[in-house]
Formats: sequence, structure tokens, C-alpha cells
Amino acid sequence: MKQAFLTPRNKIILLAVLLIVCILGSFTLGHYPVPLPQLLGILGKHMGLPILPFWTVQMETAVWNIRLPRVLLSVLVGACLAGAGASYQGIFQNPMASPDILGASAGAGFGAALAILAGLSSVGITLGAFLCSLGTVFLVFTVSRHANGDRILGLVLAGIMVSSLFQAGTSFIKLAADPTNKLPQITYWLMGSLSGAKWQELGFVLIPMLTGLIPLILLRWQLNVVTMGDDEARAMGVNAPRIRLFTVLCSTLVTASAVSVSGMIGWVGLVIPHMLRRLVGSDYRYLMPGSMLGGSVFLLIVDNVSRNVTTAGIPIGILTAFIGAPFFLWLITGKGDHYEH
Amino acid sequence: MSIEVQHLSFSYGSRQVLKDISFSVDKGEFLSILGPNGVGKSTLFRCMLGLLSGYTGTVMVDGVDARSFSVREAAKHIAYIPQSSRPVFNYSVFDIVLMGRSSSLSPFRSPGKQDNDRCRWALDKAGISHLARRCYHRLSGGEQQLVLIARALVQDAPILMLDEPTANLDFGNQLLVLQQARSLAQEGYTVIQTTHHPEQSYLFSDRILAVQNGQILTQGTPAQVLTQETMKLLYGVDVDVVSLYQDKARVCIPKNITPQEVSP
Repeated sequence: MKQAFLTPRNKIILLAVLLIVCILGSFTLGHYPVPLPQLLGILGKHMGLPILPFWTVQMETAVWNIRLPRVLLSVLVGACLAGAGASYQGIFQNPMASPDILGASAGAGFGAALAILAGLSSVGITLGAFLCSLGTVFLVFTVSRHANGDRILGLVLAGIMVSSLFQAGTSFIKLAADPTNKLPQITYWLMGSLSGAKWQELGFVLIPMLTGLIPLILLRWQLNVVTMGDDEARAMGVNAPRIRLFTVLCSTLVTASAVSVSGMIGWVGLVIPHMLRRLVGSDYRYLMPGSMLGGSVFLLIVDNVSRNVTTAGIPIGILTAFIGAPFFLWLITGKGDHYEH
Repeated sequence: MSIEVQHLSFSYGSRQVLKDISFSVDKGEFLSILGPNGVGKSTLFRCMLGLLSGYTGTVMVDGVDARSFSVREAAKHIAYIPQSSRPVFNYSVFDIVLMGRSSSLSPFRSPGKQDNDRCRWALDKAGISHLARRCYHRLSGGEQQLVLIARALVQDAPILMLDEPTANLDFGNQLLVLQQARSLAQEGYTVIQTTHHPEQSYLFSDRILAVQNGQILTQGTPAQVLTQETMKLLYGVDVDVVSLYQDKARVCIPKNITPQEVSP
């Protein structure tokens, strides 16, 4: 009976419930814990419900101006990275693909470093990272169009090469940066963190994120067919190159948005889709929404650890690597795929 | 539904692979395409399926030029059963078969109840309903081939093209798959296969097309094609073609090899 209840669909629903629990739980943790009734009251008030304040002003500031944007950003960034990772793995038929495979992260890092060097504000840094990230992927795409032979391989190789080029550029900027203030800022940005999250950043990335995430969810069945290879997909009536192009556009948009506000957060895009493959199988109808929810839950939990374990706050990118790499090893040494019933 | 190939030629760069190929297959017919390795059988298939477009000549499907089809329309006319399929990711048999429904779905939709029903029908027809929840990777070669046939059936295309369907199968599974293909032709599907087995094409198909060096060597009924001369020209080997059971079957026996004497 246990098997019959835990269908992939129900697992997705449970994951969604878990996400809501994690979101509510996140508010109660921290240097200024807010109990659940007060939290719901504050949220309700801001949604326009006529609730008389039974909380302190500090509580409202903590919830509304500091914690809520950070929680929402964790949820969105997690969904974006894991969703993009899952879709790249499908369209490149490569289980090792991650959201930065086409250079989105390297480009964002370079753009952010450049913006910090130029002394821009935090919005300027986000914008610089976002534009450079898109520009890098565009460059990779253009270069790969001239590649001989296998198109997909050309794209992946171009991604690797252009990435290392931009990483070298970032290193050069670090060399040139003032070691007393700008170098630490660049280094900290590159480690990946959500500590600076504000409504401003959220407003900036929300539209591009949703513009990318929604088509990825809608296209999930086509992704299944594309994983069978271009010829087979075509014979089944699916134009794989067109789906791939469209998916790359959407995934790039969400990755660039995520990286531009959070810095380099590795492993989420690789590990979460693999974990979800274990949980709900490889069918993208469940894998895509599952990966997005799983990414959100994972990043939210990691961010809570990051802001609560030490007062300084460990950059989240370090934590995801500490958790992600051993976890991935466990995954590949674990007992096969147990999707079979 | 019939398919007609007219004066089809194809070159990879300066190397001409197919020269002036013309033939047609009618509704309910089972055609086998015979020929040694590397004579362009696969290229011919790829042209007919629209996977290669740089050919000259035409492929007419029920009187309509296949070039005018969109990817989706082409899939509604012709279904392709590859020699083998090794998906990178792990899907259940049911999901693999369900993918065949994609040509009837709009791009932003996932399959619904109707599609699931169609899938169960195809699994039943291919005789593999019991495998539905199994993982495709863990099936035997013969079972995988039947899954791919079921996937082609849900596509609701009247023309089925099988690329060496028996290549990776043991003897029993070869006969199983060929019987399946033949009964589909008897139901009205137009069935085309490439193969390396002259004797099996004699037994199962209605007509044989023999291809050598990118050209049609000969075509006709199995009795017309499976002869000593054609086998010599096609494969460059001397064989005796022996007729059995009032010519219901023919066997090719190499000439320079004498069968071992059977001790009494």
C-alpha cells in the first residue's frame, strides 16, 4: 500500500508541503526569532487583511524588510539553479551538465568583479553580473555555431573554453583590485551568498526568473522526447534543435538571474536533479517541478544554516559545496536506480 | 497509405551514396530492403524519414511530397523503429511508449488520459502489457524492440519503417519481431524494413528490394529476388539457393563449403 500512495505525483505534493513548512520555519530562526502567530499576522497585514498589530515594530521590520526578501530569494534561486540543471541535463543528454555549463556563472563572476572594481552600487553589481552572464552564453552560442562536427559537443566545449577565459579575466581583475576593500568584496561575492538580499534585488530578477521558469515547466514533456536523441525525437514529431534552443534561452535567463543576485552557488544544479531522479524517476513531467521544489527546499535550509550557525554567516556557496560534493559521491556509489516497481 | 520514392539520389559531399533509387510500397505491403553493409540502406531510410533533406528526387507519401511536411506532420505519416535505442536516462516502458504520442500533442502540453489509453492499447497489441511498469534499460533486446514497435504504433502513423529490427536479437526474438511486423502489414500498415537476412525476408515479406552500391540491383517478389545470381551480385558469395516445402522457404548454402558428413 505504501507504494501506491507514494506515486511521483504525491511525492511532488509532499515536497511542496515541505517547502511551505521550511518557509514558515525560516522566520522563526535567527537572531530575532518571530513566533508563528505574529509572523502570519504580519504577512496577512501586508496582504491587505485588516489585522491590528499584536507585534513590535522591530518584529515587522525583521520579517518584512530583512527575512522575507531573503527567504523568497533563496526559494527562487534554488528553483532556478535546480530547474536549469535538470533541463540542461536533458537537452544535452548529459547527466553531468549543470547550470554553469554554458558559461553563465563565469560570465556573471566577471561582470560582478568588473562592477565592484568600478565601484558600482549593489544594484549595479547585480546588473553587471546579469548582463555579462547573458553575454557570455550568447558568445558561447555564437562560437559553437562555427564548430565542426557534433553541434551539442561543440556547444559544451565552447562553454568550457569561454568559461575558463572569463575566469582568467576575473582573476586578472582580482589582481588589479585594491586589496584592502575591493578584493575582499570580489572574493566574498564569488563565494556566493544571499546575505545582501533586499526587495530591490528581488524586484530586479523576479520577472526574468518567472519568464524562464514557466516555459521550462510547460515544456517538460518535450524534454523527455529530446533526451531520446535528435533523430528519434524528429521521427516522433518533435523538433529537438528548436526545443533545445528555446530551453537554453530559458535556462540561461534563470541561471543569469540567480547568479547575479546570489553569486556562485555551485552543486545545487547538479545534485538536486540527481536526487530527484532517485525520488520521482527521470520523467520530466515530475522531475522538472520536483527539481525546482527540491532546489528551493535545499537552498532555504542551507541558507538557514548559513545565517544561524555562525554570527558572521558562512557564504552559502561554500556550504553547498561541502554538502553537495560528498552527497554526490554517495549518490553515485549508492544502490542503483530504484525506480523499478 | 502508400509511399513512393522517385529518382532519389544523395551525396555526402563529393561521395555519391544513393543513385537514382525508385520504388513504391503499397498499403498493407511488407517490403524488405536487402544489401551489404555500407551500400546506403540507412541513408535511404534517413532521406525517407526526412532526417536528411539534401537529396534530389522526391519521396511521395500518398501523392504528397514529403518535403512539404512539417516535423509533426511527417511523424503522423511515418513512424520509425530504430535498430536500438539507449536513452541516457532511465524511463519506464510505459513512458517510452507514451513518447510516441508527442506528434499529437501541442508543445506545451503533457499527455493525458486518452494518450494513456492509447498506450495500453499499443502495449497490448505488441504483446508486452506485462512489461508496462518495468524499466526499459533492464529489458532484453527483443523486449526493447517490441517496446519501440509499440511506441511507433501509438504514433498512429500508417507507415512503419524498421531499421534492421532483428540485428541485435537472438533467433527466437528475431522470429517474434518479424511475425509482429508481418501481422501489422496484414492489418493494413505499410511496413518497410532493412535487413541482412535474405532467408527471413523470403519467409516474411511481400517484396524485396536489393540495393548494391547505392543503386537498385533488382526488386520484385521474394521468389524473383532470392536467387543464386542475385546473391552472388549482391554479396559477392557463391551460394546454392535451395527451395523447400514447395518453395515456401528458401535456404542459402555456401558453395565452397561442403556440409559435414553425417555418420549413419
